[in-house]
Amino acid sequence: MSAISVRDLRKSYGAYEALRGISFEIQEGEVFGLLGPNGAGKTTTIEILEGYRTRDGGDIDVLGFDPERAGSAFRERIGVVLQHSQLWPNLTVAETHRMFAGYYEHPRNVDEVIALVGLDEKRTARVKTLSGGQKRRLDLGVALVGDPDLVFLDEPTTGFDPAARRAAWDMIRSLRSLGKTILLTTHYLDEAEQLADRLAVLRGGVIIREGTPSELTSGSSETEIRYRKDGQEVVIRTSEPTRLLQHLTAEAVAEGRELEGLSVRRPTLEDVYLSLTAEHQE
Amino acid sequence: MKLLRHQVKWEQRLFWRSRESAVFVFLFPILLFALLTAVYNGHIYGRPASWALLAGMIGYGTANTAFAGLAITLVSRREIGILKRIRATPLPPAVYLTAVLVSIMIVFAIQVASLFALGRVLKSTPWPSHLLSLVPALALGVAAFAALGLAITAFIRSLEGSSAVLNVIVLPMAFLTGSFGPTRHYPKVLRAIGDVLPLKYLLDLINGIYLQGQQLWDKPTAVAVLGGWGLFGMAVALRTFRWEPREG
Ligand SMILES: Nc1ncnc2c1ncn2[C@@H]1O[C@H](COP(=O)(O)OP(=O)(O)OP(=O)(O)O)[C@@H](O)[C@H]1O
Ligand SMILES: [Mg+2]
Repeated sequence: MSAISVRDLRKSYGAYEALRGISFEIQEGEVFGLLGPNGAGKTTTIEILEGYRTRDGGDIDVLGFDPERAGSAFRERIGVVLQHSQLWPNLTVAETHRMFAGYYEHPRNVDEVIALVGLDEKRTARVKTLSGGQKRRLDLGVALVGDPDLVFLDEPTTGFDPAARRAAWDMIRSLRSLGKTILLTTHYLDEAEQLADRLAVLRGGVIIREGTPSELTSGSSETEIRYRKDGQEVVIRTSEPTRLLQHLTAEAVAEGRELEGLSVRRPTLEDVYLSLTAEHQE
Repeated sequence: MKLLRHQVKWEQRLFWRSRESAVFVFLFPILLFALLTAVYNGHIYGRPASWALLAGMIGYGTANTAFAGLAITLVSRREIGILKRIRATPLPPAVYLTAVLVSIMIVFAIQVASLFALGRVLKSTPWPSHLLSLVPALALGVAAFAALGLAITAFIRSLEGSSAVLNVIVLPMAFLTGSFGPTRHYPKVLRAIGDVLPLKYLLDLINGIYLQGQQLWDKPTAVAVLGGWGLFGMAVALRTFRWEPREG
């Protein structure tokens, strides 16, 4: 079953075409990552799926609803972390969760959610006293309090310290293991690689690549070999690393010298991403 | 209904916890009344000055609470994205706005009761007699000003300027329509301006009922004009109300 299906989605702001006909499907229980540089159209896509923005063309189906027309029944089932939003500065963490819990038919236990996002120690702290990353965790907690089937996360870990990011990853994995569907945008390639079952790379309102993280990295067959020769850094990209390496090492052995600082590297998602997004730059 | 009760409870908590709303919206008219009754003596509209000032301050309080207070609350929530975030929950927008309104009415009811009690203590002003006229008159006033408050949010772009803008509207309006004392001696132009403002008609109602012992139905024109302003506000709000900050 697909939780989200998008066909030929289009959206313009005035004369500017932010989405130029994108299509993708997200299966139930899948973690789907949307990548792309600033202004690519990630937030536009996610907010159309959440029901905030109207589309100019295309068909979308989210949990069987058309978000543009859906009401409370749809919102019972989704959880939302917006790219930018704040909550009431004068409420405490626990109060904020309780307030939101009251909007849902079957909310999760508030204390459990607070523990899940790691705000236990801040239960009774006013929201205005939280740090940036703690506020973001609050956004995350509030998105989960309604026990949603589908969670939209627009750059959920921006501002997290490395430990908090790992914790958020664990949390997203545990959501996934509960069978939740997650649509996630991020600028952290390692995050996308760690979390997403499938990824789409968006650029200029078009999806330029889609697949599992390993499909994306293996799609580009180049391997990078680096070493130093006479103090100069040599970088070679090749699709035949075995042959080239044998040649290089044989030569070095014959001349009795060392291939200093030798490294052989598969391209990371980041390399692929950077070359992809640069390629499509007009 | 359960959702409405839930939201009203939280709106109340939010209101009283914010120093800005508790002081400027709730306390300010009460303080102003204490000050004005201390300096004014004699008679206004043939009654002791404190009676008329009490009526005037209830009128001012309506505009300050239901119009300015409501607008500031909504603009600040809109600009930081709270209104947008709420829209992603199952709480229906109409229930949310109703709860905000009910909460404002609760605050206003406490404010009016405090004004009467304070008047009683300071100047032995009488309790109101025609409650069956006064309560609906005030309810109409709150509704009309709240509608106008909803309407004006669309014209306030940022949080920073909002309380200045609203005070620039509310204070002169209160002055021109006689909240702080009679307008008989004002220049004609100023009186003419005062005559079109909604607060003038609310004050007419309150003065008539509290000072002259009249009933709501003795003042059909005032009821109609006030109601008309309310409908106008509602119509504008329905067209222009935004849940998201401008840049989307
Ligand atoms: N409300 C709006 N009005 C006009 N243009 C907009 C609006 N929202 C977005 N845009 C434009 O549409 C394009 C896509 O914006 P969007 O916010 O979807 O990008 P994004 O991929 O989320 O970027 P980021 O990584 O910076 O969050 C941008 O060029 C942006 O300027
Ligand atoms: Mg974005």
